[in-house]
Amino acid sequence: MRGSVIIIGAGIVGASCARSLAMAGLTTTVVDRAVAVSGTTAKGEGNLLISDKSPGAELTMALHALTRWPNLVHELAAELGTDFPSVEFEAKGGLVVAITAAAAAPLLAFAKAQRMAGVEAHELEIADALRLEPELNPAITAAVHYPQDAQVQPVIAAEALLASARRHGARVLQSVRLVGPILNSDGAIIGVRTGDAELRADAVVIAAGPWSGEVAATLGVSLPVRPRHGMVLVTSRMRQRVFHKVYDADYVGAVGSGDASLQTSSVVESTASGNVLIGSSRQQIGFDSRLRVDTISEIAAKAIRLFPFLADQAIIRTYGGFRPFMPDHVPLVGPDYRVEGLWHATGHEGAGIGLGPVTGELLAALITGAEPALDPAPFSPSRASLKAYLTEAA
Amino acid sequence: MPARMLPAGDDPIRPHEVTPVTIVVDGELLEGALGQSIAGVLMANDRLELRRTVSGHKPRGVFCGIGVCFDCLVEVNGVRDVRACQRRARDGDVVSIADVHSATDTSGGAA
Repeated sequence: MRGSVIIIGAGIVGASCARSLAMAGLTTTVVDRAVAVSGTTAKGEGNLLISDKSPGAELTMALHALTRWPNLVHELAAELGTDFPSVEFEAKGGLVVAITAAAAAPLLAFAKAQRMAGVEAHELEIADALRLEPELNPAITAAVHYPQDAQVQPVIAAEALLASARRHGARVLQSVRLVGPILNSDGAIIGVRTGDAELRADAVVIAAGPWSGEVAATLGVSLPVRPRHGMVLVTSRMRQRVFHKVYDADYVGAVGSGDASLQTSSVVESTASGNVLIGSSRQQIGFDSRLRVDTISEIAAKAIRLFPFLADQAIIRTYGGFRPFMPDHVPLVGPDYRVEGLWHATGHEGAGIGLGPVTGELLAALITGAEPALDPAPFSPSRASLKAYLTEAA
Repeated sequence: MPARMLPAGDDPIRPHEVTPVTIVVDGELLEGALGQSIAGVLMANDRLELRRTVSGHKPRGVFCGIGVCFDCLVEVNGVRDVRACQRRARDGDVVSIADVHSATDTSGGAA
């Protein structure tokens, strides 16, 4: 297809959109305010989670993503060759456990509802859970195994998607300051003005993660994407003592919550190099990225409750990042009904790594008029649950 | 170029005599100078490799040398996760490199 597109944001979602649109034949330009793959994509854990999603549009997208990832890993490896590092895709499985008596029944009910929606969610006896994770606190009250949960190395995955996009002709401009839209006389967007240039295209895609609200405002429309801060603790390397993604069942409640105050919930997993990653926190504090000791100690204390051996392990660093929070907890993928030519691919909160590639494919299908692999309606900017948040363009 | 130690007598700022220290690294006696870090003793003895990467098995050693990167973790006198670049070598220190980082050892756990 002929035509051109500007994608704002070079994280995993922007890289995925760029790859899919460049492969479809569009003249594709990606712009980033900083260095590519340096924002949210570089600050997470690389989750492709099924376990934390309740039945609905996001789960449907995640199940679709799960079928796409293994093929995508092969496609990227074939395109980029053996010199490009592995994206470290691993379907390691998740284990969600309840720690209190009160948390057991809600976890099992949640898993049952997921099974009805096609998720593999196996209730385990405590002894079987301890066989999967021998170091787990034996006082757990319930456990569900999710063999579909997977992970990738998010920075390598995003760089691979971007490298593939470049091979299909996309260009990537970094350290670009966005100044405003270029509109035609009908009010349609036909490009963007940057600090030193005018870039013109048939379509403009906002894929700026938690900064999407700011980018949208610069382009003249409101968008209710807000930053939700999170922190991760990293231990020193050790022999493997954690074998799955292991969560406290209250993680699901924290993900689904819209509460702005601090929430912490245990997520523990080990990386290929032997470091254990410990999360997680969710807090809406704007773009304040300062280290928060109270948050770190709360995360650590809860992780020790899950894996008592962690009490003796050294934390070598902590890092934080911002998730793109949507008030209705559903990613935003599709055309902005207020400004012709403006498109969105954002709002995945903590799921953008896993959902990025299928988001790019869905967006490309919508822009090029191809048959989408997913029903796009639930992700549309014109969905009912967003009506209250989207005011008309100025 | 191999790692090396400049003769202390040639130190232009504060020339001095070397007080030797001997540490035990994975059973082997290595000699260094009082005041050197454990990383310094290791490097002066051409022991540059502290671990291998899991994917690719490439050698890794002292990287930042100032306590930030945590790539030089060793066990010292039974204490794990000591940054070799931040710990001064003391006579008789027992240092273990080999067994600390066996991240691929999955014995005792389920796959």
